[in-house]
This record gives sequence, C-alpha cells and structure tokens, in this order.
Amino acid sequence: MRFLRRLFIRLSNFASGRRADQRVREEMAEHMALQTEENLRAGMSSAEARRQAVLKLGAPEAIRESHHAEQSLPFVENLLQDLRYAVRMLLRSPGFAFIAIATMALGVGATTAIYSVIDATLLHPLPYPHPSELVKVEANLPGVGAHDVGISIPELRDLQSSGVFQYVSLCFFGTNNLTGTAQPTSVVSKSVSPSYFAVLGANAQLGRTFDPHDPTPGFNLEVVISDGIWKRAFGADPHILGRSLRLDNDVFHVVGVMPASFRDQGRNSDERSTDMWAAAGFFGDPAPPPMRGTRFPFETIARLEPGLSPEAAQGRLDALVASLKKQYPADYPPQAAWTIHLTPLAETLVGNVRQSLILLFGAVGLVLLISCVNVANLLLARASARGREMGVRQALGAARMRLIRQLLTESLLLFVLGGITGFAVLFCARKFLLQFVPESLPSLNDISISWGMLAFAIVVSVAAGTIFGLAPAWVTSRLDLTATLRQEGRGSHGSRQRSRLRHILVIGELALSLVLMVAASLLLRSFWDLFKVQLGFNPSRVMAVETSLPNPNDPKTDIYHTATQEAVLLREVLRRNRTIPGVEETAVSDRAAIPLGHGQNDRRAAPLFREGQEVQSSQPPLIDTSIVSPEYFHLLGMTLVRGRLFVDQDVEDTPLIAVINQAAARTYWPNQDPVGKRVRMLGRLGRQRQDWTAIVGVIADARTESLADAGIPQMYLDIYQRPAKFLAFYLRGQVDPAAIPAQVRTQIQSVDAELPVFRAETLDDVLSSSLSVRRFSMEMVALFAATALLLAGLGIYGTISYLVNEQSREIAIRLALGAPRRNILKMVLRQGLALAGIGAGVGLVGAVIVSHLMAGLLYGVSPYDLSIFAGVTAVLTAVAIAASYVPALRAMRLDPLVALRYE
Amino acid sequence: MKEKPGKEKPDVLQGTLALMVLKTLDVLGPQHGYGIARRIEQISGDVLAVNQGTLYPLLLKLENEGSIASEWGASENNRRARFYRITAAGRKQLQEETHDWEQSAAIIARFFEVRAEDLP
Repeated sequence: MRFLRRLFIRLSNFASGRRADQRVREEMAEHMALQTEENLRAGMSSAEARRQAVLKLGAPEAIRESHHAEQSLPFVENLLQDLRYAVRMLLRSPGFAFIAIATMALGVGATTAIYSVIDATLLHPLPYPHPSELVKVEANLPGVGAHDVGISIPELRDLQSSGVFQYVSLCFFGTNNLTGTAQPTSVVSKSVSPSYFAVLGANAQLGRTFDPHDPTPGFNLEVVISDGIWKRAFGADPHILGRSLRLDNDVFHVVGVMPASFRDQGRNSDERSTDMWAAAGFFGDPAPPPMRGTRFPFETIARLEPGLSPEAAQGRLDALVASLKKQYPADYPPQAAWTIHLTPLAETLVGNVRQSLILLFGAVGLVLLISCVNVANLLLARASARGREMGVRQALGAARMRLIRQLLTESLLLFVLGGITGFAVLFCARKFLLQFVPESLPSLNDISISWGMLAFAIVVSVAAGTIFGLAPAWVTSRLDLTATLRQEGRGSHGSRQRSRLRHILVIGELALSLVLMVAASLLLRSFWDLFKVQLGFNPSRVMAVETSLPNPNDPKTDIYHTATQEAVLLREVLRRNRTIPGVEETAVSDRAAIPLGHGQNDRRAAPLFREGQEVQSSQPPLIDTSIVSPEYFHLLGMTLVRGRLFVDQDVEDTPLIAVINQAAARTYWPNQDPVGKRVRMLGRLGRQRQDWTAIVGVIADARTESLADAGIPQMYLDIYQRPAKFLAFYLRGQVDPAAIPAQVRTQIQSVDAELPVFRAETLDDVLSSSLSVRRFSMEMVALFAATALLLAGLGIYGTISYLVNEQSREIAIRLALGAPRRNILKMVLRQGLALAGIGAGVGLVGAVIVSHLMAGLLYGVSPYDLSIFAGVTAVLTAVAIAASYVPALRAMRLDPLVALRYE
Repeated sequence: MKEKPGKEKPDVLQGTLALMVLKTLDVLGPQHGYGIARRIEQISGDVLAVNQGTLYPLLLKLENEGSIASEWGASENNRRARFYRITAAGRKQLQEETHDWEQSAAIIARFFEVRAEDLP
C-alpha cells in the first residue's frame, strides 16, 4: 500500500513536472542557520560555526539530487532525456535515419504480414470455444488400403453413446439451388446433423440453431443462414425467421441467422463461407435404411467430453471398435481391419498449406535478420564517426553503462520507428496485399491487420533492437580513451574489434541471402517445371461454366431423376451453346471432371468391385470417377489408347460402359487388357449396387487431378447413362470470356429458367489458380531473396567503403611509393571477394540444410541441384564484386597528396 | 506491499533511520528537520553525526508513503520552517515495526546468550 502510494505520488509529480527543489533548499538553509546558531552558542567563531554546520549537513548538491530522485522517477527521466537526445541525433543525420528506418520497416513489415497469415491460418484455425475439444472422426479400412470411408448410421449412434463425445455430427458440404428469388442462385450449403452447431459451440445472432437432440428422420426442413447471405439476398430482413425458402425445390424455413463473425470450419475458403445449413437425420426417407455396412461418405466431426485428451479418447474408441467387431463379425471382416481414428480438427483443416507457410515464415525471418544485420552494420559505421564524441563524454565522466544505455536507446528508437512504419505501410496497403494471397488458403477471410499485429511488430522490433543494438553499443562505448581522443576525427585506424564485428555481420548477411536465393531458385525451378509439364490435355481456348440441377429430398419430385430425363436438358443446352458465335465445340461433365478444378472437393473416390475379384475381399479399392459426355475427351484433346470412347448411341437403356486411364489399367489390371473387363460401383449415397459396367476404352494419362502427378487412376462414366447434378458446360473456340457467362446463362435458362449459372472460368485460369499456393510462396520467397540480395549488396558496399576509408593512408603511401593503381583496385576487390567467399561457404552449408527441409515442396528438381547452387553462388559473388567495385575505384583514384595531407 | 530494500547505500541505516524519525515524531510531536536531526544525534550518537542532509530525502519518502505529513510553520527564531508530524498510518507502522524489532532483537539476544555447555 505504502509503496503504491509513494509510486503514485512520484508518478503524478513526474507527470505534472512539480519540483520540490525550492522546499529542500529552504529546509537546508534553515537547518544550517539553526546549526550555526547552535555552534555559536557552543562558543565557536562565526566562520568556524558555519564551516562545521556545512560539514555536518553534507554535500548540498547530493542531497538535492537524492531529494529530487525521491520526488520523481529518475529512471524515466533519464530515459526521456536519452530519447530526446536520440531524436536529436537522428534528426542530425536524416539520411542514416531514413535508410535504417526503411530497412527495419521492410523487415518488420514483411514479417508481420506473413505472421498475420500464419496467425489466422495456423494459430487460430478454429474460431470456436475450447477448440482443442474438436476432432475429426475418420473410419479407415487399412486392410484394403481404404482411407476415410465414412460412417454408417448405426456406427454414428454407437459413437454418440460411447461417452467419449459431447456431440457427434455428420456434415456434407455442397451447393443448393435457391430459387424463387430474382435470379436462381447456387448457394454454398452444408447438410449437417442437428448437433452440428452444438459441436462447434456456436449460437445464432437471430433465432436459434438446430436442436442437437432433434430425432426427426430425413430432413427436418429447417435452415440456418449466414449473416452474409442474410444481408446480400434478404436485405438483413429482421423478420426473416420463419420465412420459407425454396432450396432444390424443397421448402425450408429459416430458423436462425448466424452472427457475422461466425465462420464455418472447412478446408478451403468456399467451405468456410458456407451460407446455409440444413439439418438432416441421415436416416429415414430419402436416406437408405440404416444398415451397419451402409457408410455415408461424409465428414464426421465431434466435440470430446471436457477434460478428455484426444489420446485417451482414442484409447476408448479402440476398445469400442474391438467390441463392435466381435459383435458384428459379418459387417467388419477381419481382413479389412476397420479402425476409427481421431485427429484434432485444427490439424485436418490446415493441411498442406502448413509447409508452405512455415517456409514463408522462415524466409521472411531471414529477411528480418538481414535487415537487422544491415542496420547493426550502419550503427557500427556511425560508431566510428562518433568515436570522438564517445571519447569526450567518457573523459568528462560518463559511466560506460550510461553510454551503452544511451546508444541502446538510440538503436531501439530506430528499430521501433522502423517497426511502426512497417506496420503502418502494411496497414495502409492491406487491401492491396490481400489480393496476392491465394484464394485457396483456408482462412483467407480471417486474415486481419489488427492491434495484435501491431503488438507483434513492436515486440519484434524491440527484441531485434535490443539484440542488434547491444553489440554496436558495446563496441562503440568500449574505447581506449587516449588513443581515441588523439586520433579520432583524423581518419583513425578504428578499433580492430569494430571492423571484425562488421566483417562478421556482412558475412552473415551474405550467407543468409545465399540460403534465401537457393530456396527461391529451387521453388522457381519447381514451379517452372510444373508450369511446363506435359498436361496430357489441352486447356487453351476452353471455358467451363457451371450450373447445378436441383436435388430435391423426394426423388419422385425430381424432374431430372433419370439419365434419360436429364439427357433432354443436356442435349438441348449443348445444341444451343454451339450456336453462340465463336464456339467450335461443346461438352458437359460433372463438376468433379473439371481438370484441376475446385471440384476436387466433391470428388469422393468410389469403391470399385472388379468382376472375378470380389471374392478376395468384401472391401474394394477406391477409384476417382468422373461423369462426362462423349465430346469431353475430344474437346480436351485427351487421346484414346485402346478400345473406344463414348458415342451418342450409349444411353440409359444400353449396357453401362466406362473409360479408364492408363494408370487405372496399370493399377487394377496389371499385364492384362482392361477392355471388356467388367466392374461394379456403388450408387450415390451408397444406395444400391449398380449393374455391371463394362470398360470399353483406355485413354492416355493426363494431369487432370494434379499437375504434379500424372499417374492417378481415373474412371470416366457416361453422363447419358448416369445423371449428375453438378454440371460444367465446356465451350472451346474463339470466344470472349467476358461475354460467355451471360450468353450461356441465357441459353441454359431458356431451357430451364430455374437453373443457376455461375463460376465461368477459362481452363487456363483454373489451371493457374490450381498453382496459386505454389505461385504465392514462390513469388514471396523470390521477393524476399531479391530483397536479401539487395541488402547484402548494400552491406558489402558499406563495409568495403569503410575499409577503403580506413586504409586510405596506407593506399596513399603505396601510391606515393609507385604502386600501380591496378594493384590497389585488385587489393580492394580481393577484400570484397574474401568476404563473399566466406559468406558463400557458410551460406552453402545453410542452404543444403534448408533445401533438405523443403524437399517436400519441390517438384522435378533435386534439393541439391548442382546448377542452382553453383548459379546462386556465382550471382552472389558477382553482386559482391560489383558492390566492392565502386569503393575500389575510389581507392584507385585516390590522390596520395590530398590523402596524406589530410592525415 | 513492502518495498524492496532501497538502493541507497546503507540499507540497515535507512531502515532504522526511518524508524527513529517516526519514534521521534511520536514522542516529541511536530518537529522541523533540524529538530529531528538533533534528537536522533543526541540519542544515537554517530548515526547522524555527519550527513544530516540525508534526512531530507528520507522525510520526503516517508511523506510520500503517508507515514508523516508536513506543513510550513515558524521555527523557534521565528523563521519559516517545515514541520513534520506523524500520521495515524505512521503510528500504526511504528507499532508494527517496533514489535518486529523487539521480536528480532529478543531472538538475537537469546542467541548471544547461548553458551556451548547449554546445548544438549
């Protein structure tokens, strides 16, 4: 209490600038007067009486000083004094201040930018209460190599009653057609168990979410909508609750609106900005009867009981799985080895971008380091200019700690100003910069430049300023007084230590930039190789326009239920599309078949039963399937290797057929001719086993799934035999990408006015956005590497200039003694080269380590690619020579007379 | 909340000096700085024989802590002087610290009395 009271009074005195100096002077005067009188009474002479009084009181200055210290906060006062001085010093050398602040702004700004992406993506991927309780539940059949096979309703009920989870929810992400509004739209929607929001722990801002214990079978016809669509499509109507919506021709009622801050969980930004949630029981009509073997290929997420660790939960689930296997041996054959695996939800969401982001953070960290080193170098350079000042101050009695403190204040000021500038630039440019972040990043919408980021920037600057300001301050304040005062200001030989430190800094800079350049070159090579890869299909001049057919809950109301019904629509739209000016060819497929498209999410591998092999295991391997029209292959330039493609005569009533790619042929029918072989697949929702499908053709492998992998088995089915709901129409020809969406919409809606038409893209764009994360990290690392190289160049330039300055006397003497100027040039360049050589040596070791770590991000290039390592070293050496050349020229042209006289 | 021992050099002295000031003011009533210094000198001898001025920063500290209060008044020879008096809080502090002192003094005294043969 007393301490607080005292502190508070001192603080307020300090703030108000109140002085008690007058008071203590008066008190001391009075004290002296009284003491003198006393002494006089004791019989001293008046002079002696006064002298004794003074002696007894002690040094008045010291008393006043400590009285003042008690009155106020001396530490803060000193700090302010240092700060004022530091500001004055910076203002006196604005050029230096500008360069140092700009360098730090660059380093801290870039680091903060990347950190904000990481913060949103890796550190806070789940904006829900107690995110560590959220898990993804995955059923695997490792015995047959099947992964994430989904969960059946009886299994779901077992999980719900297992006591491991608070809530378990199935969810299925897709789109629905919202009709009855001005323009039919495709709405990003999720079908979820009623407990979905209870799992996430999220509540509605208006109305309610679903009752987690709702036992309604089928769809309960309630929807919860997002704040976004509430504002966009319904004008933030406050009476939206209870309003009916037509989704895929079914009538739903709005029961709640989620808050603006709510983001759904999901792997990409599409899924995270889901607009509607419909609750479904996933049993009863229209779902198939709840059989143990009828697994839904949906995602399952759950919230663990509080306090239960994922490991403990996994242990209890393993026991549950074992007992279920014993209870239902027919449903869980031992060779399939059914298991249930829990993964923290946060991990599954971040997925493959983690590596790229960590790489970026590492790269930007190196840039920050290099910026710090550069500024430390500048500070050191200034130290030599200020040696005399330091000497004088020390001679006048300044303590070394005091000098260090003041120098540190100066460097901290520089670093923090730099950090704040960096943050300010970032803040102002955030809209512009966010454009460059690839859309496929899972939490693009959550990236924010907030107070937290400012705090991060300041903490980084302060830490950097302390670390990199301390060494220069230490070296600067440590000097041999007499030597300094005698020599400084006359072009000294400086302190050996100082130049050694500078050399170390420059070598460090060169090494770090070499590491960055190697990383950037490797990424560039990978990207280039991917970009130049033989696609196996021809995306040029092709546009894809999407539409989706309604998928009502009751199949009887579906006007596109059978392939024959749907074929009427498809053939008519294709015919009309061919009439659009410039269009040469058209085709249609399901969304999953868009080469390298975002439809990858919808693509769920289907189990493949091969004729004659089904006895071996009841659990078939999985294969990616696409549903396409006959023209698809020709339009995309995919070549037939064996057999035949689909033809117009293949319709619903003719035998079912399929085309596979070479990878599928190699994998499933090794050393056999697959043409003529028959397979069977499960229908949608696993409802029924379809009839035998005959393989009629094999096409060449194409990189339609992944640019990096041509060998993914694919199976193509005929759209006129198997209806698809999510469609993409393709148009090849000399068309105007800007006009196509409207033209295709007119054609499609003149056949069925209730179909939404959306997302028209050229395949080239689709292809390039499939590379977006790679491109982003490649561009970023390249940018960082270029910055690093520039900074390192500046660093070596500064150091060599400094060396030349220091050696000007020696050079002048050499010149005066008749040394050829070329030798001087060589001498200086040799020094630059030596620095570059050591830097490159250290950097190469670092680069080998780093490239080993990033091997997973590379494609088609060895992490130890010799040409890249050699090329980068050559570039670095060239830059070092170029940066040394200017000071070397200056040294060569030195006029010995002037230099020596100046000395 | 107790303050950490101050950085001012003689730690023990500072602590005891504060206690002496409080006791003086408690016994004698309001005093100016010189009066306090003389009184302490009389009783303790050389603690304040020199550097009496160090008293003033201490008085300010005690005042900031609320243990004493001060105001201007007239000294014996009718000049302006700053008079200090102990506050209620100061009196409480004095009591507590007196108690602590006595306790520790008693313990130390007992230790000093012990001889080897007294120990079992």
